[in-house]
Amino acid sequence: MADTGVAAVEGVEVHSEEGSLVFHPMDQFIVKPLFGEAGDPVGMLTLTNATLWMALAVLAVIALFVLGTRGRAIVPSRSQSVAELFYGFIYKMVEDVTGKDAIRYFPYIFTLFLFIFFANFLALIPASFSPTSQIAVTAVLGFGVFIAVTVLGFVKNGASFLGLFWVSAAPLALRPILALIELISYFVRPVSHSIRLAGNIMAGHAVLKVFAGFAAIGAVAPLAIFGIVGIFALEVLVAAIQAYVFTILTCVYLKDALHPHH
Amino acid sequence: MADPVVPLEAGACVNPIDGSAIGMPQLCADWYLNQIFWLLVALAAIYFVLTRIALPRVGAVLAERAGTISNDIAAAEDLKRQATEAEAAYDKALADARAEAQRISEEARAAIRSDLDKAIAEADAQIAEKTAESEAQIGEIRASAAQSVAEVARDVAGEIVRALGGKSDQAAIDAAVDTRVKGN
Repeated sequence: MADTGVAAVEGVEVHSEEGSLVFHPMDQFIVKPLFGEAGDPVGMLTLTNATLWMALAVLAVIALFVLGTRGRAIVPSRSQSVAELFYGFIYKMVEDVTGKDAIRYFPYIFTLFLFIFFANFLALIPASFSPTSQIAVTAVLGFGVFIAVTVLGFVKNGASFLGLFWVSAAPLALRPILALIELISYFVRPVSHSIRLAGNIMAGHAVLKVFAGFAAIGAVAPLAIFGIVGIFALEVLVAAIQAYVFTILTCVYLKDALHPHH
Repeated sequence: MADPVVPLEAGACVNPIDGSAIGMPQLCADWYLNQIFWLLVALAAIYFVLTRIALPRVGAVLAERAGTISNDIAAAEDLKRQATEAEAAYDKALADARAEAQRISEEARAAIRSDLDKAIAEADAQIAEKTAESEAQIGEIRASAAQSVAEVARDVAGEIVRALGGKSDQAAIDAAVDTRVKGN
């Protein structure tokens, strides 16, 4: 314990200015070229750490769902039963929350879930990069769901999709006010949808880094290390729960688009 | 956190002196295009893999499993039904066999009885025949004996009459002897 404390202190010295302790909890969120330094220019097609960790998420999906299920066994292997568990979980979620007629959107929802799930979990590896902490990523996901669902709502229901905002159960006098509130809440959806995910992942990882910084101080190092263990356990939960929350909210929004009348 | 006098040439999000972050790099607009591009590539790749390979495969396996399970349950019910039927058939065969055995033993008993009755009747008939035969023979013997007695009596009576010096009137002697023999 003392050795690691000393080593960590020496490690921190590199980043410290005039010997004082300096935290850089945000450095982990820097996008940088894979073959370059932080701060190098990043073009659209540049291979970056973001590219790498998204690619690893894709590879994890392939490993589980292509290599893991290649036996096609009636009595499944371990990896196949995990893949079936994911499939069954999201399939049932779409069926229960959105309805049986939404099963044809299941591949899209499953894609979202698997990407977020594996990006979140791979980001728990020390020194990794977390794509889902980046607002650019979660905003594309959140606004993508918002736009897709809105377009689908109008295509499926025409102008009656606007009935979503006209609460026919409420007294007539209240309906315009409720419509305004419903409209605002509808347009806030993609913002909350994307910031919820990015905020949770970013906050957890930043807190981990802050605790890691405290571990450099010998006296509080044991406390900080236990803190890291605790926060890490919490982050494992958060990684799964945020993927679940994002997916189930997508299902709820999709249900509103397919069945806009309350 | 950030040094305010750092020249911002390589992007406003990274301190060019030590490569540390300025502000919140996860909001940095310089990297949006790169991240969005690779995100779309990743999502497309996952979607492709899922729809082309994984989902049909897993769906088929799950459907096949559900089919196998319901088939097995149906087969088990069928076997159970067959077992019940077999038991019923066994019971029926057993009852039939018992009835048959009873019938056969009844038949055998009846056959034996009828054979016995026939044999007894035959034996009785034979006995009766033999008895009648014997009685006829006895009658014959008796008749012949009686005739012999009559002849002997006639001869003896004739001789006695002659011996006594009488004239033997054969007809009278015969009549007298016959009368005496019959009177016996």
